[in-house]
Amino acid sequence: MKTNQILVRYGELSTKGKNRSSFIGRLRDNVRQTFSDLEKIRIKAERDRMFITSDDEEELAQVIERLPQVFGIQSFSPVTACELDLEAMKRTAEAVVAKIQDTDKSFKVSVKRPFKEFPHEKPEIMKELSSHVLRAFPDLKVQMKDPEIDLKVEVREEAVYMMAEVIQGAGGLPVGAGGKALLMLSGGLDSPVAGYHMLKRGVRLELIHFFSPPFTNDRAKEKVFDLAEKLSQFGSSVNLHIIPFTKLQQEVHKQVPDNITMTSTRRMMMRVADLVLNETNCRAIITGESLGQVASQTLESLQAINAVTNTPVLRPLIAADKLEIIETAQKIGTYDISIRPFEDCCTIFTPANPKTKPKLEKVEYYENFVSFDELIQEAVAEREIIKFPRVKVNQFEDLL
Amino acid sequence: MNYLDNSATTKPKQEVLEAFIKVNEQFYANPASLHALGNQAEDLLETARKQLKDLLHMDKVIFTSGGTESNNLALMGTAKSYQHRGRHIVTAQTEHPSVLNSLAALEQQGFEVTRLSVNYAGEIDIDELKNSLRSDTILVSLMHVNNEIGTIHPIAEIAGMLKERRIIFHVDAVQSIGKLTLDPTAMPDLLTLSGHKIHGLKGSGLLAYTGVELQAIQYGGGQEDGIRSGTVSVPNAVALSKAVRLAQPNPQHHQWNQDLRQFFSEFKGVKIVSPKGAAPHILAVAVKGIKGEILVSGLQKESVIVSTSSACSSKSKDTSHVSQAIGLPREFKDGVMRISFGAFTEKQDIISLKRAFQRVYRMIKGV
Repeated sequence: MKTNQILVRYGELSTKGKNRSSFIGRLRDNVRQTFSDLEKIRIKAERDRMFITSDDEEELAQVIERLPQVFGIQSFSPVTACELDLEAMKRTAEAVVAKIQDTDKSFKVSVKRPFKEFPHEKPEIMKELSSHVLRAFPDLKVQMKDPEIDLKVEVREEAVYMMAEVIQGAGGLPVGAGGKALLMLSGGLDSPVAGYHMLKRGVRLELIHFFSPPFTNDRAKEKVFDLAEKLSQFGSSVNLHIIPFTKLQQEVHKQVPDNITMTSTRRMMMRVADLVLNETNCRAIITGESLGQVASQTLESLQAINAVTNTPVLRPLIAADKLEIIETAQKIGTYDISIRPFEDCCTIFTPANPKTKPKLEKVEYYENFVSFDELIQEAVAEREIIKFPRVKVNQFEDLL
Repeated sequence: MNYLDNSATTKPKQEVLEAFIKVNEQFYANPASLHALGNQAEDLLETARKQLKDLLHMDKVIFTSGGTESNNLALMGTAKSYQHRGRHIVTAQTEHPSVLNSLAALEQQGFEVTRLSVNYAGEIDIDELKNSLRSDTILVSLMHVNNEIGTIHPIAEIAGMLKERRIIFHVDAVQSIGKLTLDPTAMPDLLTLSGHKIHGLKGSGLLAYTGVELQAIQYGGGQEDGIRSGTVSVPNAVALSKAVRLAQPNPQHHQWNQDLRQFFSEFKGVKIVSPKGAAPHILAVAVKGIKGEILVSGLQKESVIVSTSSACSSKSKDTSHVSQAIGLPREFKDGVMRISFGAFTEKQDIISLKRAFQRVYRMIKGV
């Protein structure tokens, strides 16, 4: 008896007609990338399911632990193989059912028998296995239609395969199947969650962060690195573009009245993002804006900020409540990073009374006195690009 | 010198000292500082912490100054945090003074403490433990290995029983870590560790825990999640992490222990105090009618270093509370000496001890 395989059921992509094979290919690549550190792993993607195999138990445990983060997977099940022998099959059936937590559930055995030379017929196998399992777990109730536990048995020439445990996957679409977009990542709570929602819909991310040294410090940058690292754990690597933003920010403060610097600063960010977007073949900008949360996130503000670009600006959190956002942030592990108390590009230079209803004409009027183009291009040219997940070198190895 | 007092403290390993010095030279910044050097020191601190969490199979690690502080924090911090649930705590009579005295202080604050009795072997009765548990019991604190006589408490069994009853379980593992292993699937909720007992450095220890909310007992700048304020010593943390990683059980300890038991059993009036099945690195023996300190100084003249029952209590005149609790006969009570092995103990030390003891015994009995 040996568990060395995981059967993966595809998510929504099962319904996607002609694009199917490219979706499956994408998912296979994402799975491969997610487990690139596991050496003995083999991945076989078939038309309607995928098999992940490894003879190393540790590796398989890793797969089971990390697979629920990969988008495009509806559910998966560890498969246990045993020899073609009725007694061995009984023991295996018991062990497979034992892995399921609560055993006071409805239950059935379903058998496939492609290997016709096997001396026992289907009804006999079903009867033998189910009565053995029921004896071992007396709380199970047999139910043929939609049971909670379905022990699937497949008798093949080389071995008998069994599975019962069904582990939920992350759902969604494989990352990359939906093209690529640029996420504005501040370091706060919202933007990583916005990125997560888009990843779930199969969008690959490029990340852009505005860094204003010395007003924001290395700790703030480290925080963004950690968030980028988290966002790279969902089946696809990400690039982080760090934009040196100090000069632009100071210029804005020189040119426009205090109460609209916030609007104007965001317009500059949008213009910078647009240039990066073109260079990286992204099709949209993603922000973590949520309506009414702060002064810059009123409809009037959004309109004034959005006016600088024709690029679609996706705001997956626009109608989400703060509590929902926090819940998701906790679930995906970005919450603890986001709440570290360091100034970011949005919190410094915040005027005491920013306009909640800035007028577009006024903002444009004040910005009109200088051309920001040069500073914007300079900021884009001088950006630093870092790929995540970062290759982890334990620089302290000799010390520890 | 043949150093056989490793349960009092150990000689630091060279690798640990080197790491300590290197961190002091290169990563001396305050890990809470915002600048790049602080950042680096913090990275190192967190890497050390992660290594410890992985090695110990616990979710959180707080760095402290040693076993005593960790025990204080574990007991006081839990009591403060969970007093709304109840104010009853259970421990054993043979625990370390840092546990017994912390609990005595809590009694002054209105907590109730049950101190379980032990048998001649220093073992508690699990049924007595079960019977002592009440609806307002919030915490049980027991040591893994007794520091004076080496008795082992069945931690995994007790952990399982307490988990079912949702009672927090603290284990002082100062004497056991690196010598005995704990079942990673049945870990206690709080675990105390000290660096200098495992060839690390004095002044370094930790409290590891999983699923417990602690309250601070020391106030300041809010370091260590606010639970243990005070600038964290990165060099100490790194040295501790390294010492824990290097700590390995030595199968020879068992052999030497058996060998010495055989050896001492041949002397008239010598009693082996450590029970059968005790931890292999601690062996307590007593000579009838002879004070422990006379044995210690006699052996020292022969270049063999052992101690009376424990270093903590050896300066006080009273008989050790462990000897009392196990009901050691009066004529042996004052004569306990403790032999304890460490990573640097060699066969030669055992041979020297035997020779020295023969001479000292003959000399004392001849008087």
